[in-house]
Amino acid sequence: MHEFLRMLPFAVSAWLFVAGLYGIVTSRHLVHLIMCLVVVQTSTYLLLLGVGFKAGATAPIFADVPVGTPAVDPITHALMLTDIVVEATVMALLLALTIQAKERAGSVDPEELRILRG
Amino acid sequence: MTRRFRNLFFLASAAGFAVFYLWGLHLLPGFGHYPGPYGDVLNALSVYERHATDVITAVNFDYRGFDTLGEEFILFTSVMGANLLLRKQKDDKEEDPPLDLARDRLAPPTSDAVRVAGLALLLPIVVFGIYTVTHGQLTPGGGFQGGVILASAPLIIYLCGDYENFKRITSHVVAEVAEAVGAGGYAVTGLISFIFGYKYLQNFIPLGQTGDVFSGGTIALISALTGLEVAAGIVLLMISFFRQTLVYRKPGEERGDHHA
Amino acid sequence: MNTFLPATPVAVPLTIAALLAAVNQHIHRRLADLLAIAAAGYCLWSSILLMLRSSHMPIVYWMGGWEPRNGVAIGISFVIDPFGAGLAAFAAFLTLIAFVFSLYYFDSIGTLFHVLMLAFMGAMCGFSLTGDVFNLFVFFELMSAAAFALCGYKTEASGPIAGALNFGVTNTIGAFLALSGIGLLYGRTGALNMAQIGKSLGQTHDGLVVTAFVLISCGFLVKAAIVPFHFWLGDAHAVAPTPVCILFSGIMVELGLYAVARIYWTVFHASLAQFEAQTRAIFVTAGVITAIIGALMCFAQRQLKRLLAYSTISHMGLLLLAFGLLAPRAVGGLAIYLLGHGLVKGALFIAAGILLHHLGSVDELKLQGRGREATSGAILFLLLALGLAGTPGYGTFLGESMVDSAAETVHYAWISYIFMFAAIITAAAVFRAAGRIYFGWGPGIDQSQEEEGETDESRETTGGPSVPLTMVLPAFLLLILAIAIVFVPQFRAKVELAGMRFQDQAAYQAETLFHAEVPIYHAQPSEPLLPGIIRGLVSTLLAFVVAGYALFRKRLPSKYLDFTGGFNWALKPLRMVHSGNMCDYVAWLTFGVALFGGLFALFIH
Repeated sequence: MHEFLRMLPFAVSAWLFVAGLYGIVTSRHLVHLIMCLVVVQTSTYLLLLGVGFKAGATAPIFADVPVGTPAVDPITHALMLTDIVVEATVMALLLALTIQAKERAGSVDPEELRILRG
Repeated sequence: MTRRFRNLFFLASAAGFAVFYLWGLHLLPGFGHYPGPYGDVLNALSVYERHATDVITAVNFDYRGFDTLGEEFILFTSVMGANLLLRKQKDDKEEDPPLDLARDRLAPPTSDAVRVAGLALLLPIVVFGIYTVTHGQLTPGGGFQGGVILASAPLIIYLCGDYENFKRITSHVVAEVAEAVGAGGYAVTGLISFIFGYKYLQNFIPLGQTGDVFSGGTIALISALTGLEVAAGIVLLMISFFRQTLVYRKPGEERGDHHA
Repeated sequence: MNTFLPATPVAVPLTIAALLAAVNQHIHRRLADLLAIAAAGYCLWSSILLMLRSSHMPIVYWMGGWEPRNGVAIGISFVIDPFGAGLAAFAAFLTLIAFVFSLYYFDSIGTLFHVLMLAFMGAMCGFSLTGDVFNLFVFFELMSAAAFALCGYKTEASGPIAGALNFGVTNTIGAFLALSGIGLLYGRTGALNMAQIGKSLGQTHDGLVVTAFVLISCGFLVKAAIVPFHFWLGDAHAVAPTPVCILFSGIMVELGLYAVARIYWTVFHASLAQFEAQTRAIFVTAGVITAIIGALMCFAQRQLKRLLAYSTISHMGLLLLAFGLLAPRAVGGLAIYLLGHGLVKGALFIAAGILLHHLGSVDELKLQGRGREATSGAILFLLLALGLAGTPGYGTFLGESMVDSAAETVHYAWISYIFMFAAIITAAAVFRAAGRIYFGWGPGIDQSQEEEGETDESRETTGGPSVPLTMVLPAFLLLILAIAIVFVPQFRAKVELAGMRFQDQAAYQAETLFHAEVPIYHAQPSEPLLPGIIRGLVSTLLAFVVAGYALFRKRLPSKYLDFTGGFNWALKPLRMVHSGNMCDYVAWLTFGVALFGGLFALFIH
């Protein structure tokens, strides 16, 4: 049981990655595809945040607790919080492309966008 | 490749990938047993060196400030890119007045409850956003979180009213300039360090008292600039998306065709 | 000067990009061009200065002044060695060329083109100079975001949208793969600085290290367009505007390989040292497959930019091969080959852009015979194709010879035949295109195979003389440089020395974390180049033969000697796989990661 809990967040992270990829490969709508890309992204967040966690430790904010109380790793939190906001805008960029795909190519189905063949 | 064959091919590859990934993952130290020195060193040092009690913000805007500069410019570039991709084409016409309509029905007007709730929330949201941005070095917060909160204010206006109200309070030019000032300001703050003979992005503002709002040196300044940039960037995204969906029409397109 | 110079190749272009964005519609186009060119020029100058200053010892620059404490890195470092600075200089140089190319006639939307290109260049410089893995990832994302937007620039047609989407989705997944690998490394070592991770890992080579290595490598190899991660490149190049293609093929994909090489030698070298033979086998095989598939697909294209894109894939396969040899002298050859190829490929894209401007098309068959009066274009194409073939006198020839002699030391001498094959086929494709367009030779449009999908590109420029100077001069400049680098005195020796330093993990760690001064290597005598010269001439000759065959096959005495029907039939499955459908691409990507993972897991335990 201990072994299982020890690995659980990372196993979930691996599952999210693969599930997101499955969603992308079988997608029939570009917006759905980009949301599945977001799912893949959350897998990396889970991995990094899981790696930085310390059992029994508090948040690395020392406004109310004295310096020296065990706190979790602030680095992964810092990396992830900027990443979340930033990747949201990268997804917005891809969604802008999706809107233009509907406008110019008339379809948001990735199967029908096979314009550039071989 | 036929679709079925490709999906099966993918499933087989994904199974292999998952096995491989889990093989590596199970050798990690285990959830709750963070081993490494980096986080612990910074937890011990940040308050004394930076007079900032929120170690995460100190890491974001000082210790690893250069990373955050890069991230901020990713946001800036993506917003500029979305702006570029959703621009008005030569043959597009502007719909006047722009109306959010489906082909076969009129959109119901927003209910009074929504409007009252939205307007009541507006001021607290703006205040809370500014609080989050300026108190980032003390408590959880900072430019990124506060900027997103601030950007939700124009969105509430749109949700409670309609596009006309949104257009009245937002301006494409102002959002663009604000975003560029925020991003450029961050890069320039680093350059100012050169004047003092320091390395790029090294702190040059007096650190102040721990626990004060104006503590942390450049952390507070950079946090404010980031908040400005994130808020302006997200508002600019909203403006571009709304214009493309509601205003611009290709030749031959009828009102409401977007919602087919 | 060392307190501020190292950070400026990133800080200056980003600041000017923000400035140009702030004054978007209100600034005159000429002023925006001037500012952009000034920024690129500054980047070029500062990178070259950094390259010269770091020739004896790498420049270690800690951002924010956060020096390491007791060997634990707490800030982000730039560790600048001649290779990194050289790549940054090359990126800045190609961006400068791209700006000059787009000076008068390129349709720019306000200043958005300049903003995106400057952000792109700043990211590439930061990517080449950094010594921190997460910083590498951040600049990778910045590079990608700018590239997606620039690729989908021409939103009037549906092709660029599809191309940009394919590019965006596959490269974002690649970035997440790399981030997962970085997360694994952080979980084990608690460090993000490359030198420190390498030190913490020591010689452990368990499953976690292997998985992290495969994930990070595959993530960056997606950018480097190695088979089976390469599908996005053809689509992206076919639709991106010319100045953007110059950067994509000239430096962006090469940076993907640089990241793999850098991370291998600073982080994983000690762990994987005892498995060098297996690692070598895997990477060399991947390189060989990429080189062959790229060359064959290249020859089968009729859209010029797609043709050049597949030749880039082929040459990237050769570069991966050179890296995969893991031989001391191969890295120097890799660098020179990268430089030579980048210059030639950039000039070829400019030549294609000139054709698009002058004649309004990049379809080889549609343009047949229409280029008869454009002698400068013909000369350009022919001389550049020689560069692809590795003719003696070009940078590619020098790099190839160095790699070949390095390959002999690890008993992989047969790779020179792969080099020859890729060089011959890709050069023959360009010769064939030049012959058709500028001389009107070859069978006409109704006698070639039917093509599906888009085969042409819409205009990207407005007005102006048929062959503007701002387009032709940069192309000839790149061509001259591709030849000139061979004749710079001591160039080869210096690059080899820098290459050997690139592979020294212990020195890197000591210099970064402890400011130690490690003595430089002594130059060993280089191998003579005569066998290489013969090989280069043979490649060039065979390239002419193959191109001539493709053009004049209808005039052969017997129609049974015309193999093109069989060639096309055999190539059909390969072309069907390149379907233009991003879901297929992602399926292949997953397969590729699983394959690399399985092979490495099998061989290393």
